[in-house]
Amino acid sequence: MTAGVDGSTGDDVARLLQGYRPADGVPDELIGPDGAVRPVWDSFIRALAAQAPEKLAARIGQGEQYLRDAGVYFRRYGPQDTGQRDWPLSHVPVMISQAEWDEIALGLTERAGLLEQVVADIYSDNRLVAEGHLPASLVANNPEWLRPLVGVKPASGHFLHFMAFDIGRGPTGKWWVLSDRTQAPSGAGFALENRMATTRVYSDMIARTNVAPLAGFFREFRDRLTALSGADHSQVGILTPGPLNETYFEHAFIARHLGFPLLQGDDLTVQNGHAMIRTVNGTSPVSVLWRRMDAGWVDPLELNEGSRLGTPGLLRAIRAGHLTMVNALGSGILETRALMAFMPRLSQILNGRDLRLPNIATWWCGQENESAYMRDHPQGMMISPAFATAPVFEAAQANLSVAEITTRIQQNGPDLVGQEQVHLSTAPTLIDGALVPRPMSLRVFLARTASGWKVMPGGFAQIGMVPDSNILAMQQGGRVADVWIVGDSRAKAKPILPSNPAAVLRSTPGRLPSRAADNLYWLGRYVERGEHIVRILRAHHARLSDSEGPQAPLLQASTAYLASFGCDSAQPIPDSLLALIDNARTCASQVGDRFSVDGALALSDLTRTLTEQAATALPGDSAAQAMSVLLRNLNGFSGLVHENMYRFTGWRFLAMGRAAERAATMCGCLSAFADPDSATGGLDLVLEVGDSVMTHHRRYAIAPCRETVVDLMALDALNPRGVLFQFNQMETHLRHLPGVELHHQMTPLSRAVLKARTDLALQTPETLSTDVFNLVLAGLIDISNQTSLAYLT
Amino acid sequence: MQYDIRVTIQYSYPSPASSGRHLLRLMPRALPGQQRVLSRTLEVTPAPVEQVNGFDFFGNETAEVALASPHQESSFTVKARVECLREGQGFDMSGTLPGLAGEIAAQPDLTPDAPHHFLGPSTRIPRHDGMAAYAREVAGAQTTVYDIVRALGQRIHEDFAFNPQATDVDTPTEAAFEQRAGVCQDFAHVMITCLREIGIPAAYVSGFLRTIPPQNQPRLEGADAMHAWVRAWCGRQMGWVEYDPTNAVEAFNDHVVVAYGRDYADVAPVKGYMRSVGDHTTRQLVDVEPLENA
Repeated sequence: MTAGVDGSTGDDVARLLQGYRPADGVPDELIGPDGAVRPVWDSFIRALAAQAPEKLAARIGQGEQYLRDAGVYFRRYGPQDTGQRDWPLSHVPVMISQAEWDEIALGLTERAGLLEQVVADIYSDNRLVAEGHLPASLVANNPEWLRPLVGVKPASGHFLHFMAFDIGRGPTGKWWVLSDRTQAPSGAGFALENRMATTRVYSDMIARTNVAPLAGFFREFRDRLTALSGADHSQVGILTPGPLNETYFEHAFIARHLGFPLLQGDDLTVQNGHAMIRTVNGTSPVSVLWRRMDAGWVDPLELNEGSRLGTPGLLRAIRAGHLTMVNALGSGILETRALMAFMPRLSQILNGRDLRLPNIATWWCGQENESAYMRDHPQGMMISPAFATAPVFEAAQANLSVAEITTRIQQNGPDLVGQEQVHLSTAPTLIDGALVPRPMSLRVFLARTASGWKVMPGGFAQIGMVPDSNILAMQQGGRVADVWIVGDSRAKAKPILPSNPAAVLRSTPGRLPSRAADNLYWLGRYVERGEHIVRILRAHHARLSDSEGPQAPLLQASTAYLASFGCDSAQPIPDSLLALIDNARTCASQVGDRFSVDGALALSDLTRTLTEQAATALPGDSAAQAMSVLLRNLNGFSGLVHENMYRFTGWRFLAMGRAAERAATMCGCLSAFADPDSATGGLDLVLEVGDSVMTHHRRYAIAPCRETVVDLMALDALNPRGVLFQFNQMETHLRHLPGVELHHQMTPLSRAVLKARTDLALQTPETLSTDVFNLVLAGLIDISNQTSLAYLT
Repeated sequence: MQYDIRVTIQYSYPSPASSGRHLLRLMPRALPGQQRVLSRTLEVTPAPVEQVNGFDFFGNETAEVALASPHQESSFTVKARVECLREGQGFDMSGTLPGLAGEIAAQPDLTPDAPHHFLGPSTRIPRHDGMAAYAREVAGAQTTVYDIVRALGQRIHEDFAFNPQATDVDTPTEAAFEQRAGVCQDFAHVMITCLREIGIPAAYVSGFLRTIPPQNQPRLEGADAMHAWVRAWCGRQMGWVEYDPTNAVEAFNDHVVVAYGRDYADVAPVKGYMRSVGDHTTRQLVDVEPLENA
């Protein structure tokens, strides 16, 4: 027995594959018809076999950790669960040889070109319909045929710029197109994340195997989008429906990766036929939108009237030729299931040849011959709504009896499309530590670049979780796997991550959208308010056990004060505190492209701690301890934000929110507990809440009295918990915000800050009454309103 | 017959709207040989900062206006003089219902008047078994498609109560059908649903009715607001005919066409979107006066 270069032996490989039994009748990607490992897998399988199981498990753990740290998730809509799910990565990549991939790429490039011709005709003079190659009713009744776009030529000259295809390998070993994704295909960002995670699991193998890297594909497409945006100052943006969308993570990821702003409909407005981003600097033009929003939602004025996700008038900008949509609005019609029935014919008509890569056999039951064929051959057919646009795994109905199919065709043929139930090839995935064959399809991405269509060398594989190779088995969900395109020559192996600095995707600083600024401002406020409440609660509960109970005057005062925040002090973890942190998370999720993943994770940790503590904490010491845990979580978040966050304009808004909230809560706290009429013990409570007990001890040689406490907590410009300190911070932030002129003329906002600051700063400890605190509080409300008016609306 | 038409649609908001963008379909349509627009003006208050005129897919004239911020009231007024040239319908040249599907299929055409646009479900037109049965019952007793259209409109007029309290502008067609009551919009939507269910292409027409009836004739329902009726395709030879189920009459010289579409969603006189807080209120004033010596 000879050992391979990787130290594996034939015995290792045999052991690894001893339980691997491909089914009869379908090809297996790993094992050839001769029962031997296919050459393209050889190097990988040997390396895998050489791994000790525990070492492999540890590495897979690292890959999983990468995905969690990167915040990769997707959102599922469903009756039970609409939460975020972990990304289901299968840690065995799928190997495809470069030669086979080249053939796939040729076929898909040709198909992309054909689809471009078809959509261009459907939105111009409809010659395909007039000449009888496409039924008029298939277009006219199609919800994705957007009449307001008929006759509108895309400014870029093309409808399609970015597409995806689902393909599968059938029983004869040939590849088939299963779905065309042309509306707003998702998954390209996930493919990149899969690669990052897989690289962590197999770093040495991927370096030895000649695997095609992915970064160049994104770089070329980014350059193409930038070129489309023209020479002026106009921008490229990513248009997203927002954080409730199932692939929002990917939208934010792509925006961060390409350095384009992530925009929601509300971020945009239309002025004189130009799409503009509302930013804190005023409006700023945008001329290319890579949309991740289905077309119907884009413009409530001319498309779906009920849409609250879009921008009224956006079609005006498209019609005026000032805005390129990637892909053009209306391209979704190409996803129509029934259209697949016509693609072989259209290829003949438009290109004079058969499809290089065929799609699965399709019969539209709106035609007499086709529906007769379906009635006569219902066995082995799957039925979808004719106008369905979902991928076949989602659209097709499984397990219909022959009788049901026949009845439904008779009832409403034109609404139905039949497709052959193909069987898919199998690929290995790990289940309980053993390799098993499971059905597989590939999602392949194509981008139009300056030099034509480019195919992402890889994409991802979807792996079914049941052994059945029938395509319908994929409906039961599954995993995704990285796809390695393996070149012939090992000598040409390149590192996965670009080492050339010029090749690194670099983000250009854009202007901050008002909506993002608004969310960051409120994120700052909510987190600070949460911290204040937690500190009050801790002080409250710590005193519950060592005084005369909840009836003590000070505890009555803290109960009333907590009630002013909507908190019921009888609840160790008040519901309204949970709601507040939820609000903070919502704000953070709205700025997914501008807010660090670590920050979002810290907020998730906070929610988890809150929920756990809510279940166990009891009033008194137990609750006080719970609050200490929460405070550590909060400090972790603040540390991240204020130590690590780049000082871009967005951070200024976050810090403004924090300073305004901290000033307001401290004023409120001083009013409630440091008034001459306040309950005994209030002054100590203020110092404790303001984290200033030690400082007070050092600064003043006497026990706390009203004068020393208001001096330290309100007037001391060096106390980072004090009120005056917050005003000084705000003035610093203001100098960095847009709209400040060279000569520093006063704005309504800077006047409001100066006035409130002065109202406070001119006081002495002796004159600083509760009335003054109330005056300063009113000034803070004015500051918040002026901030909104100037930047956030 | 010539008319002076004046229509005003007003919106009031509880708090100032910071900006607004509206798409208007208020202009009477020019229909060669049937309807001439002799003069027309559009007034918008507050004065728009942008206005772009154009035509939609179905050939209806549109005006997209952007209003300056902030405003608490806006109004859109069209004044037009229109000449109606439509005489009564000639011979019934429509075929039978079973033959219609073949005639439709023989039209490989997606131009705005092609029947294909008006057969499937659309925003406000559902698939509905109840309305299908209702339509089939009427159709069974008729010979030609044209007969079916008129008999169905007549039947809806008899079965349905005109009652502005029964529905509002957003009432689903199914609900109007269930309660057998509504206004012109509901009558039209029900009739369109019925016609499409039995395979007759049917469109929605928005427009105006003359306000004061000719002497000794009853005042028509719906004359004090914008009106709606139905357009049905009766085969290649006869083409489109218009029927008003609210009044059980064919639409000729008392009916002034503004817009054609698949349903109300395609032809709403004002589609609007503004950044404001709270619900707005709307007021519509319509006046359609025949010219004395025209």
